[in-house]
Amino acid sequence: MTDVQDRPATMTRNIPAPAVTIESKPFWDAATEGKFMIKRCNACGEAHWYPRALCPFCFSDETVWEESPGEGVIYSYSVMHRSPSGPYAIGYVTLNEGPAVLTNFVDVAPDGLSIGQKVKVKFQPTENGPPVPVFAPA
Amino acid sequence: MSIKGKAYIMGAYEHPLRDAPDKSTPQLHAECAKGALEDAGLTKDDIDGYFCAGDAPGFGAMSMIDYMGLRNVRHMDSTETGGSSYLLHVGHAAQAIAEGKCSVALVTLAGRPRQNKFFGGGAGKPGQLTDGPPEAGYENIYGGSTHNTYGMCAMRHMYEYGTTSEQLAWIKVAASHHAQYNPNAFLKDVVTVEQVVNSRMISDPLHLLDCCVVTDGGGALIVVSPEVAKTLNRPKVKIMGAGESPKGPMGGRGLDLTHSGAVWSGPIAFGEAGVTPADIKYASIYDSFTITVLMQLEDLGFCEKGQGGKFVADGNLISGVGKLPFNTDGGGLCNNHPTNRGGITKVIEAVRQLRGEAHPKVQVPNCDIALAHGTGGSLGTRHGAATLIMEREA
Repeated sequence: MTDVQDRPATMTRNIPAPAVTIESKPFWDAATEGKFMIKRCNACGEAHWYPRALCPFCFSDETVWEESPGEGVIYSYSVMHRSPSGPYAIGYVTLNEGPAVLTNFVDVAPDGLSIGQKVKVKFQPTENGPPVPVFAPA
Repeated sequence: MSIKGKAYIMGAYEHPLRDAPDKSTPQLHAECAKGALEDAGLTKDDIDGYFCAGDAPGFGAMSMIDYMGLRNVRHMDSTETGGSSYLLHVGHAAQAIAEGKCSVALVTLAGRPRQNKFFGGGAGKPGQLTDGPPEAGYENIYGGSTHNTYGMCAMRHMYEYGTTSEQLAWIKVAASHHAQYNPNAFLKDVVTVEQVVNSRMISDPLHLLDCCVVTDGGGALIVVSPEVAKTLNRPKVKIMGAGESPKGPMGGRGLDLTHSGAVWSGPIAFGEAGVTPADIKYASIYDSFTITVLMQLEDLGFCEKGQGGKFVADGNLISGVGKLPFNTDGGGLCNNHPTNRGGITKVIEAVRQLRGEAHPKVQVPNCDIALAHGTGGSLGTRHGAATLIMEREA
């Protein structure tokens, strides 16, 4: 194991191309244009994550895509140290719209994260796939 | 006892599509569920039993329950026998209903074999669409593992309740005290709190010694009728109650990493058995990580929520020392976690305790009622919880 201090402070890891389904394709098409989309239900008004065709709260099929500024706070996180490519952080962001999103935190040192910290979405390229949302300190 | 007349089929729906290029397989499952519910005149929240076969996308029934937002499920079954699965499921649903394990069971099937340009599985293939688990594209890319998803749970528990690494370490210390007497244990050395918190960090805040062992091996159980039990020359371990529950992020609005599905499975099992946590003489508690034990002890009601750290400290889980002897075989933390699935060894050690056949150094005196509890999947994403209460019959 290489010591944490020898690693880059950004915790950026290579992210593989995401599995894109016919249901999630609009999300990834928007991501390619730099837009972070969530889904909201027109029947009950609730936003949810990850995006679904049917609302996970009221089962209506009137769910619509909505662009989100991708702002929120860290709900929890963990920095994985046992990684051949260096430490990286996984965690949940509670978006201002309400839903929690699983993600990686970047542009931050391994000891620079805290629960409640404000973060904002950015997109990271993947190899031969659409860019994926990650979050950095706001 | 029979299922005859104990259950009714009140909703049925066949999806109208025969070629579905524009819908995912999870979406087809959900649309079928919606159609059957509307046919029956019920809503999604009425469903408390869910059945799918092994071809449903994701991890057992977990992914589909979370995708559809089925928040009241207390009975799950993903028996796989190919095309006949759904006939078995109706029979199993009737059994579950007859026994009070659920009252509204949903059985779903969906798939898209005509879309052969798609392939299953959770991995992305550049430029191609997949048809795997609904959460895969949004989650599998972030390097999630058991270590860091349970790490997130521990981190949040520490934030909300002030739980410390030293308190978590006591769980490993207790397991090691038991493992020293188990000749088959993978790790037999007694460890100290200092050794645990000074072991190398794997994923914050979990150290190497907060993690269970990785072992080959296995286990088996024989469950018999009362009539057969009478004919056998072994101490009788009677099943008193069982509860189960899924838990997931539920649309990103139900995320609470400080509790597990045990908050639902536990009361069902205790209620059926007619006992309370105070009656439990020995507990097998799933211990993939130290935090797993702490959260489940709280959720099962052995202590108040948030007080798990104080509860496990100072050897309270050590047989002969503390109030709640746990995992006297050394558990997954020291003894065995065969093929990364520790549920069966939890039942096996509870049986040893109830029979009075645990190692004399860890045998609980007069052990008449025991509990075994486990969670599978990840506490940090979606998991299934199960609680079993057993009694020694004189």
